[in-house]
Amino acid sequence: MLGPKVIVVCALLYLGLLFAIAYWADRRADRKRSVISSPTVYALSLAVYCTAWTYYGSVGRAAASGIGFLPIYLGPTLIAALWGTLLLKMVRVSKAQRITSIADFIASRYGKSQVLGGIVTVIAVLGVVPYIALQLKAISQSVTIMQSYPLVNDTGVVAAIPILQDTALYVALALAAFTILFGTRHLDASERHEGMVAAIAFESIVKLVAFLSVGVFATFVLHDGFVDVFDKAAAAGVMKTMTVASAGGYGNWFSLTLLAALAVMMLPRQFQVAVVENSDESHLRRAVWMFPLYLLLINIFVIPIALAGQLTFAGTAVDADTFVLTLPIAHGQALLSLLVFIGGLSAATGMVIVETIALSTMVCNDLVMPGLLGRWKRIPPPSDFSQLLLRIRRGAIVVILLLGYLYFRFAGEAYALVSIGLISFAAVAQFAPAMIIGLYWRGGTHAGALAGLLCGFGIWLYTLLLPSFAKSGWLPAGFLEHGPFGIALLRPQELFGLSGLNEITHCLFWSMTFNIGAYLYFSMRRQPNVNEATQATLFVDVLKHERPFGVALWRGKAEVHELSRLAERFLGVERARYAFARFADQREVESVDQLPADAETVHFAETLLAGAIGSASSRVMVASVTAEEALGLDEVLDILDEASQIRAYSRELEQKSQELEAATGELKAANEQLKEIDRVKDDFMSSVTHELRTPLASIRAFSEILQDDPRIELEQRRHFLEIIVSETKRLSRLVNQVLDLAKIESDNADWHTEDVDLGELIREGAESTAQLFAERGARVICEVPAEPCVVTADHDRLMQVLVNLLSNAVKFAPQGGGVVRIILQAHGRNFRVSVIDNGPGIAIPDQRHIFERFRQGSGGTEKPVGTGLGLPISRRIIGHLGGRIWVESRPGKGATFIFELPVNDGA
Amino acid sequence: MQRSILTRQRLIGIFLVGIVLLCSPALTIFDRATTWHGYPVSFLYLFGVWLLLVVLAALAVEGSDR
Repeated sequence: MLGPKVIVVCALLYLGLLFAIAYWADRRADRKRSVISSPTVYALSLAVYCTAWTYYGSVGRAAASGIGFLPIYLGPTLIAALWGTLLLKMVRVSKAQRITSIADFIASRYGKSQVLGGIVTVIAVLGVVPYIALQLKAISQSVTIMQSYPLVNDTGVVAAIPILQDTALYVALALAAFTILFGTRHLDASERHEGMVAAIAFESIVKLVAFLSVGVFATFVLHDGFVDVFDKAAAAGVMKTMTVASAGGYGNWFSLTLLAALAVMMLPRQFQVAVVENSDESHLRRAVWMFPLYLLLINIFVIPIALAGQLTFAGTAVDADTFVLTLPIAHGQALLSLLVFIGGLSAATGMVIVETIALSTMVCNDLVMPGLLGRWKRIPPPSDFSQLLLRIRRGAIVVILLLGYLYFRFAGEAYALVSIGLISFAAVAQFAPAMIIGLYWRGGTHAGALAGLLCGFGIWLYTLLLPSFAKSGWLPAGFLEHGPFGIALLRPQELFGLSGLNEITHCLFWSMTFNIGAYLYFSMRRQPNVNEATQATLFVDVLKHERPFGVALWRGKAEVHELSRLAERFLGVERARYAFARFADQREVESVDQLPADAETVHFAETLLAGAIGSASSRVMVASVTAEEALGLDEVLDILDEASQIRAYSRELEQKSQELEAATGELKAANEQLKEIDRVKDDFMSSVTHELRTPLASIRAFSEILQDDPRIELEQRRHFLEIIVSETKRLSRLVNQVLDLAKIESDNADWHTEDVDLGELIREGAESTAQLFAERGARVICEVPAEPCVVTADHDRLMQVLVNLLSNAVKFAPQGGGVVRIILQAHGRNFRVSVIDNGPGIAIPDQRHIFERFRQGSGGTEKPVGTGLGLPISRRIIGHLGGRIWVESRPGKGATFIFELPVNDGA
Repeated sequence: MQRSILTRQRLIGIFLVGIVLLCSPALTIFDRATTWHGYPVSFLYLFGVWLLLVVLAALAVEGSDR
């Protein structure tokens, strides 16, 4: 049922399905209903890490060396745990600066350098194009194997097929078409390729399902589970010792883990899916565990398949690299074989598509563009080269794929191709120091990065790539064994006499040592310049700022229409105008013409262009239409310093505002108090005027009567005059007391303090008010101890208090039966004087107010005749003398006014 | 914000655990050419640690929403 034609048709149908999925996802994206905006799709797209090399090659490695293949997947598992910081930083920087490739990233970090971008691109192309060739070879090989179904093709001969009959060529061309269609739809490369990502995620599912299927078949259908496979393999003598020690040793294990950990971050295709195609930072969270889980699942059956293959094909020449496919074929499983073939196809095509897009972007932006820009300095450039740019990209895609295909045809079974997986990893690992150290250390400079990359690349070339050529027979093998010119110390795989390591570990050690060493050495030779310091801060501090602040770092003259014309030339009129219109909207100006030609606009234009032509070229182009004033290093550092201090400032500001709030509160309280005092004063004034008006009114009324009517009888006349005199007395008393109170309150009163015997004072007081008591028919009883009770006080003032209390008491005493008792006694450190009457008492609510001004007791049977100032004055006098005065009373049971003064014990 | 910093720190912790279990002399304790219930000990150990790391990472990032 599986004829040669069926296989080819299936392969092409599968590719057609990929086109359909990508087309569908792109259409959805155009309608803003993205299918790839999901953390699971993101995690699946990262699985483009698993190529045909994983799919077919892992089983081959397991058959040869047991668990030696695992570090390739354990390294990524470990580094995935750091993605929460490391990859997050890369994603955020790239979004802020519209970085679209790893070359652009490194160039951007070290001051938007065209040279660095170019070098990274060259390393990536040299390291990765052979890897693409390996994928094409896997496709070609799997087609050949499938076409011999139901026989197992054990020759592995591929190159024998004439080139025009080689399915791999047509697959390569189809992939070129796919990549051009879905990878270069429009120019702004930072607008992601949704269709491509959807297809890649789909391919990840296909290859996992296919591999798990053959795993289950090998483990549970051919045998009775894992243990059974292990047992049978052990009995047949094909069981490898499953230890790290026997699989190359621990040193090799660690270096492979490190290498894979670096590669999964630095491979251009991984950068493409993980950083450029990332649609939402939060998707990283799921990738942190789902990507390692994917790796775990796709590896769990590798060893059983390898053992089952060895059991099945014992004594034949079948290559372990093909077990995944030949095992189901050997057992007549047509459908499973087809599924496995499709799975292998998806592993290979996924890698080729993404890698080609990534490389073509780099080649266009970092190799071709700088060349063109250099040429256009001499010849004027075409007015619209957005189409030219697209053609460059498409050309790059075709060239890269054809290069890959030709390399595969040329290398065939050569060592240089078969072992390219790890060689390729080692090449891209050279980006790691400049990338990762540059994300955390501000001191890295352009010179350092350049030196590091060149040293690392040189060592890689010398210790890994050239030896692989020599082993393929393309170079004389002599220099491997004896060193160039017979210098043994320079033998490529035992450099400087370092022996005992395998070639990958050896290369990784020397290349990383020289790479990092040169990077640090040249970085520390001088301070970073303006551009380097600017970019360093934007990269290192990217997590500290919610929004990029690069805009503040430009000063000069620009014309908006020049900038928009520049963008139109690179992006096409429509896209550029749309982008500028949106920017104008963002800045809340009516139209593009009204955009201010300031730093923000220039920055916008530069990042817009960076998406299309790379940051370094974009900087050059924008500089060509603007007149930038050079900022000094100090200035830049100041600005950056300020920017990083913003948070500190805002904290300080918050504190200040809190203090301000507290002060405002205090002021408010003080103001309230002042208002209260003012209100009290107003009340006092109105009370005083009221109190003055009452006697004045009666004086005036009676005076007028006397004036108007001369015939008033003498008796009447005398009565009127008495009222006038008494009211006048009351007036003058009131005025005196107001003045007195004012004096005491403002501390202007004269105090003559001396030793005063309270007993004597009470007797004097009783005598001076005797007339008053007699008039009311009241008695006064003094209960005074015999010994002197001396306090420090102003005698006259204290007498004033006592007389006031006594006159109040007699005033409220019942007519004829009044009894007022004055009791003096020691009370702790004080002497206490109580004036007790048997009047009506004071209602409880009134007791609180009785010492306030103009609050007269209202319990009397007659209208009280006081001024309402006696008690307030008394309280102030006692308070001034260091004592206190209060009232105790129960209505109907009389009132007791008490004051205490501290004992003067002659101190 | 505070949550995500905590998650990041937890993930770094998981990374360190992984380093100790997979790339340190601790690995040699379980790196034996013997079997346990028919499974090679190293095979079980490596895949066990792998699964443990996946589960820990999943708990660290997905659990922090709650």
